[in-house]
This record gives sequence, structure tokens and C-alpha cells, in this order.
Amino acid sequence: MSKDNQILEEFTSSEYKYGFETKIESDSAPKGLNEDIIRLISHKKNEPEWLLEWRLKAFRQWQTMKEPKWPNVKYPEVKFQDIIYYSAPKQKKKLQSLKDVDPELLDTFKRLGISLEEQKRLTGVAVDAVMDSVSVATTFKDKLAELGIIFCSFSEAVKEHPKLVKEYLGSVVPIGDNFYAALNSAVFTDGSFCYIPKGVRCPMELSTYFRINAANTGQFERTLIIADEGSYVSYLEGCTAPMRDENQLHAAVVEIYSHKDAEVKYSTVQNWYPGDKHGKGGIYNFVTKRGICAGSNSKISWTQVETGSAVTWKYPSCILKGDNSVGEFYSVAVTNNYQQADTGTKMIHIGKNTKSRIVSKGVSAGFSQNSYRGLVKVQKRAENARNFSQCDSLLMGDQCGAHTFPYIEIQNQTGKVEHEATTSKIGEDQIFYLNQRGIDTEDAVALIVNGYCKEVLNQLPMEFAVEAQKLLALTLEGSVG
Amino acid sequence: MSDIKETLLNKYTEFEKSLNGQTGSPSHLARKAAIEKFEVLGLPGPKTEEYKYTHLTRLLGKEIDLGLTAQESKLSREEIEKFHFPHDEANVLYFVNGYYKSELSRILSPESELKISDLHSAFKNHEEDVQEIYGKYLNHEDSFAALNTALSNQGVFINVEKNKVLSHPIIIYSITDTSVDTPVYYPRNIFQIGKNSQAKIIETFQTHGNGKSFINHASEIIVSESANVEYYKIQEDSEETFRVDNTQVIQYRDSVFNAYAFTFNGRIIRNNLNIRLVDEHCESHMFGLYLLKGKTHVDNHTVVDHEKADSFSNEIYKGILDEKSTGVFNGKIYVRPHAQKTNAFQSNKNILLTDEATINTKPQLEIWANDVKCSHGCTTGQLDEEQMFYLRARGISKENARAILLTAFAEDVLENIKIDFIHEHLHDLIYRRLNN
Repeated sequence: MSKDNQILEEFTSSEYKYGFETKIESDSAPKGLNEDIIRLISHKKNEPEWLLEWRLKAFRQWQTMKEPKWPNVKYPEVKFQDIIYYSAPKQKKKLQSLKDVDPELLDTFKRLGISLEEQKRLTGVAVDAVMDSVSVATTFKDKLAELGIIFCSFSEAVKEHPKLVKEYLGSVVPIGDNFYAALNSAVFTDGSFCYIPKGVRCPMELSTYFRINAANTGQFERTLIIADEGSYVSYLEGCTAPMRDENQLHAAVVEIYSHKDAEVKYSTVQNWYPGDKHGKGGIYNFVTKRGICAGSNSKISWTQVETGSAVTWKYPSCILKGDNSVGEFYSVAVTNNYQQADTGTKMIHIGKNTKSRIVSKGVSAGFSQNSYRGLVKVQKRAENARNFSQCDSLLMGDQCGAHTFPYIEIQNQTGKVEHEATTSKIGEDQIFYLNQRGIDTEDAVALIVNGYCKEVLNQLPMEFAVEAQKLLALTLEGSVG
Repeated sequence: MSDIKETLLNKYTEFEKSLNGQTGSPSHLARKAAIEKFEVLGLPGPKTEEYKYTHLTRLLGKEIDLGLTAQESKLSREEIEKFHFPHDEANVLYFVNGYYKSELSRILSPESELKISDLHSAFKNHEEDVQEIYGKYLNHEDSFAALNTALSNQGVFINVEKNKVLSHPIIIYSITDTSVDTPVYYPRNIFQIGKNSQAKIIETFQTHGNGKSFINHASEIIVSESANVEYYKIQEDSEETFRVDNTQVIQYRDSVFNAYAFTFNGRIIRNNLNIRLVDEHCESHMFGLYLLKGKTHVDNHTVVDHEKADSFSNEIYKGILDEKSTGVFNGKIYVRPHAQKTNAFQSNKNILLTDEATINTKPQLEIWANDVKCSHGCTTGQLDEEQMFYLRARGISKENARAILLTAFAEDVLENIKIDFIHEHLHDLIYRRLNN
């Protein structure tokens, strides 16, 4: 037991390695939120009139809404008037190419393991880097443009492709959808925009990297992905933040619109600063992610590896409207220390022969609380809908909790829905087996957890899978309870 | 909605006046606390999570005058005995509209084993025992449970002495007679099973006539150390019955409790079965079957709360939903910190027979201990086409094949029944229902 404790201690004291802060000049708005701030954001970004109106409408709606209290998480109230809603790395002049980017900034991303230039040459992943809600660089743009693919920052898209943005913005997550979506709609500062034209298979992974840097800021980015008929895209998202004692709010919205025969694969490795081992500081991650399979035979697949954030509230969902459309959700959520996660998915079956699959793996250690909350709904006209859900929890230590809240609502007799969940700990016999073969307990746990999560990790694109595996090993080293 | 609340609060004030001689007693204090709780809670609204799928308040407000009090029924002995189903020798109790019918009831077990008394007299004759339990265990977070504690004055108090094995089961017939006005009543049953004892309790609920009624029923069951209890509930109300049933079970060390719930009919039926395992080495089984048609809405909420280590719980609930019926299942398993070595299993399976039928299920696990094995599974589907084909290919008609498969589906629950005559009775009921 003492060995276990020691290992646990080691693990709980393992440092968050992305916790540095970059000294970079930034341009911030004053604290607080009111219509003037929204006008200021809109003005700073040179936005058209309609978008300002849209923001104001969202803001007015937000004022009438209440913070959701139903998630199984506890945190002190967020003071929305103490947040800086706009902060951008100061730009001397308009960026022409990567060379013009502040070297300090490039260095930041290099330390995060995303060297924009290197990535450009080696891995063939197009990256859009967003720091404090403003996109700082997007790579591979020209090559993508040849195929007609638009991949740029959200602000750029508003200028260059206003028609597309206007048509799809808010079509999947309407402004009044929920408290945080409304807030995001009012104050979002940047994000990524991606459009894949008809019949195009995107030749490389598209990736966005988010970084909160400045203190007291909230990050509110917005991602919009449109996959036109018969297209395919795989999209990655990663994120980190410096270590701070106070909590910071991150309220993003991701919308995916998948047309007929299109397929979108969205992968996230979420590694926001989780707070220290006493639960101080960390990011509140309140995110709305939703995709719609609007056309027949379309497919949306969410994969997430959640290791960071002090509090997570996130339900990537699929609306399966088109006939024969498919929705998938693969998730690994790891919580440690005083982290809390309430995450899951919604699968709304509307079209005929729609299929969905949910695989959720939760791992809780320390004093953390980990909840799965999901909805599978088969509507009256959704003939032959099929769902399979599996959510497993692994508990390490006797102070943590694992919770499952699956909602299953079936209104069609031809629907076939299965749900299963298990909760257990790592078996002593499993550890013993590995020990016996000369593998020490720490490595054994990492191995077992990796095996436990394999089904999900397998869904990640290769570069991400490696990162995710490392993250898991780092986070859970030896935490046998 | 506030009108209903007002009506009920007034009703309590009125009721309180009739409680002469009891003011200041623990039970009166329990009533007071309960009505205060109710005043805070109100009836469940559309946003109450626990009643998310069952909009009981709205319908109750529309269809039932909650200010009413059930009148004594004028049914004759013969009419009441029609509700009797064939069974072995047993201790039999009759209640009509909540009123105890002593002239029809018969107790076979000697007083040294079993003490039975209607609640009203129990407050006088077994004061200490009743006061000890009344309102103490029921979960008053449910506003209907709080209401029951506040307003109930009818029901039964059953005390099984320690170290006794009851040779005869206890059968309680609860009949609602709708020929007199709209019966609205709040029965409360208290069962105290002594140390090392064994008891089998069967409750059946039936309705005379087709009128409306609302029954807010509650039970408190204390299962003492090493006791063994089988508790059956058979709900065969009419299509116009609104029923809320709260059952609270407390299990002490080494005890075994088996709950069986069968629901066949009703307008809206809401069952809350809460089992608290307050000590180590307890075992609980919950079996449920709901066979619905018409517009019946049945909502089964169960909670198993593992508070201490080394306990075991197992739950199987199955549903067959025909026509426009709606089924709701919510099963919660709590494993508290330190409740190590808990094994808890739960399964909910449903078959929908029409596109108008709906099922909403929410199996829920909340676990705060690490050395546990917990799982739940739930499925919803229709009859397997291949199985149908297999039977049809052997010359069995479509209707028969369907009945065979559905009976087999139900048998998963029925096979766990340990009393033969109950098994037969239910098997018959189901067979008749499936073959129209």
C-alpha cells in the first residue's frame, strides 16, 4: 500500500508542462461585458453590420438566460463582469507570411510541440494557431486553395467568404441554444473556418491549436466546418494554457455541417491547465459542439481525449437528419486531483436507417469526479435506427467518483438501442501478471489504461494518437488505488 | 398549479385538527416537517428532473380534485371477493378506498409470530413501534412522499417478531371503488421484520368501476439483521387510475430483500422503490415487469444505495409496450465512499410493439468507491424477425408466435418468483393479455 501511495504522490505532483506564460505584448479590451464591448470587438475585427447585429441579438438573449445548474459539477460562480473578453497579441502590421510572425510567438508554439514551420515541412498537417482567441498563423493555405478548400481564421472568413459564413453560422448551434453558446455568439473573437467543396477529399489533416495566454481573459472561439456533398475532412484540435491561480473561462462553439455523402472526422486532445493538486486554478471548459448530418449517407465522427481543465462541461452531439447517416462518438476522459468532468454526447435520430455508436471511457483518480451524460433519442419517423453505447469507468483511489447518466428515449418500434456501462478498478491480478513479467507497477498501469482506452485512441489520427498516449501515460502513471 | 398546492395545504390544516390526542407526538412532528417540506417543494413541475418524463402534476390538476377525501365504499362482500385470486392458505387483509375491512380479513399466523393492525389503531395500540418508524425513513425529497407522510391516516402496520419464519404469506388486497365520487387517498403501510425472521408479503391493487381515482401510496419496510423478505406488488388498476407509490426499504446487516413489481394497467403509475443498504453484507434483488397498452403511462424509479461495504444488488426490469403506452425507467445505483467490494448489477430491456409507444430509460450509476464491480445494460427493440420466422416456418400463426416470444421475454422476470401461486396467477394474466 505504501508503494501505491508513493506512486500516487509522484503522479499527483507531476507538473503540467505547458504551464509557462509567454511575455508578449497584447492588446486587450477592458474587463466586463456590455453592448459597448461587443461593439468594440466587432469594430476591432472590422466586421460587417449583420454580424454585429447577430452578436447583439445573442447578447440580449444571453442576458435573459440562467447558468445551467444540472451538470454534476461544483464550482464557484463565474463572475462574467471580471473577464476580459478581447485580448490579442499585438500586431505591428498585417501578416504576409510566417516570417512576419513575432518570433516569440513562434517560439511559444514550438515549446508546445507545434512548430508551425516544421509541421509545414514534415508532417503535412495544415495548422491554424489561435492564441488568446485570435488566429496568429495558418499554414498550407495555398496548397489547400488549389483544391478549393477554404481553411482560415474565422475573422478572415467573415471578410473573404461572407456569404458562406452568413449562411451557416448558427445553423447548427442557434444563438439561444444554451447559456454558454449564447455568450460565445455574443463575444467570440476568432476561431477556424473550413469549407470543403463538393466531391473533394481533403488530402491532409486540418488542425487548430488553441492557446490561452493573457491573464484574466476568457477564450471564446468559434469553429465552423462545412463539408459539401461527397467531401471528406479530418480535423484536429488541441489546446493548452499557462498555469494560473485563478480560474479562466473557455466557452467555445463548434459547428459542423455535413451535406449529402460527406464525412467529417473531428478529433480533440483537450489539455487545458487542470489546476494544481489542491484544485486551485485551472480552466473552466464549457463548450458546445454539435454537428448535423443534413444530407443522406453523411457521417460525423467525434473523438475526444479529455485530460485537462478544472471543470469540463461538454457534449459533442450529432443530429442525424439525413437518411442512412451515421454519428460516432469516441471519448476518453481522464480526471485527477480535483478535476471535474461532465461530458458525453447526444445522438438525435431523425432520418431513416440512421446509426450511431458511442464509446466512452472514463478514468478518475485523486479526488476527481467524472460523469458521463448522454442522450440517445429515436424520433417517431426514424425507422430502423440503430444505436450502440458503451460507457466504462475506471476508478483509481477511493476518493474519486464515477457517474453515468444515460438518457434513452425511443419512439419508434423498429429502433434498436443498446446501452451498457461498467465500473471497475484495475485488477490486482492484471498488475500481478505484468509485474511477474518484469514490468514495474507504473508501466503496468500505463499499459492497462492504454489498453482500456485503445478503442478510442485507435480512432485518432496518428500524430494525435502518439500525443494522446503520452499524455495518458504522464497523467496516470502508477495511480493504482 | 399553485391552486393545487393551496388545496393540499388547506387539506392538511383541516386534517391536523382531527388529530386530537396526537399533537406533539413524534408522528405529528414528522407530519409537520413533511408538510413544511412539501410547501417548499410544491408538486413536481415540468422542469423537475425526477419527473422529467412524467407530467403528473399537469394531468392531476386537470382531471382530479385533490381536495376530495375518499368515502367508504358500499361494495358488498361478494363484490369485494371477486378481486380474490386463487392462492394457498394465507393471512389476508382487505382495504377498500383505504379503509380496512376487518370483517373480510383473516389472520392465520399466531400473534406470537405476527402482529397486524390497521394504521389508525396502531397509532394507539403499538404507539412506540409506529412512532419509531413513521415518516423517519421515507425520502421526502419526493413531494408525493412528503404529502403522504403529512396526510396519511390509513394503512397497515405489520410487525413480524424476531426469530420467526412465517408459515403463511401475507396478502394485502387494496381495492379502489370508483362508484362513490372520485376516491383520493393516502394509504401508508409499515412493515417491521424482526431479526432472523422470514416473511413473504404480497400487495395487489385493483379497481372497481371505470371512474377516476388518485392514490398516493407509501410504504416503509424495515428489514432487520439477517431477516429475509420477499415483497410483491401487483398493480392491475383501471385505465383511469393515477397512482404514486413510494416504497422505502431499509436493510440491516446480512439481510436479504427481494422486490417484485408488476404493472399491467393504469392512467399514470409512478413507482419509487428506494432501497438503502445501511450495513454490510446485504443482498437485494429487484425484479420488475410492465406490460402496457392503451394510453397507460408507467414510470418506475428505483434507487439502490450501497452505504456500507460488501453488499450485492441485482436489478432486472423488463417492459412490453403496446398501442400508445409510455414506459419510463430510471434506475440509480449509488455506491458511497467506503462501500468497497460492492457488486451491483442492473438491466432494463424493452420491446416496443407499435410506433406510438414510447420508452424513456435512464440507467444511472454514481460511484464513489473504487473496489467495486458495477454494470448496467439496457436495450430497446422489437421482436426478432428471425425468431418470428423460425416459429412461423413451423406452422405457428403470427399471433401465437408473437405471444410465445413475448411470454418468453417476460419469463426472465417471472422465473424469479418464488411463490408458485403468484407465478401461476401472473403467468395466466400475461398469457391472457398477450392472446387478447
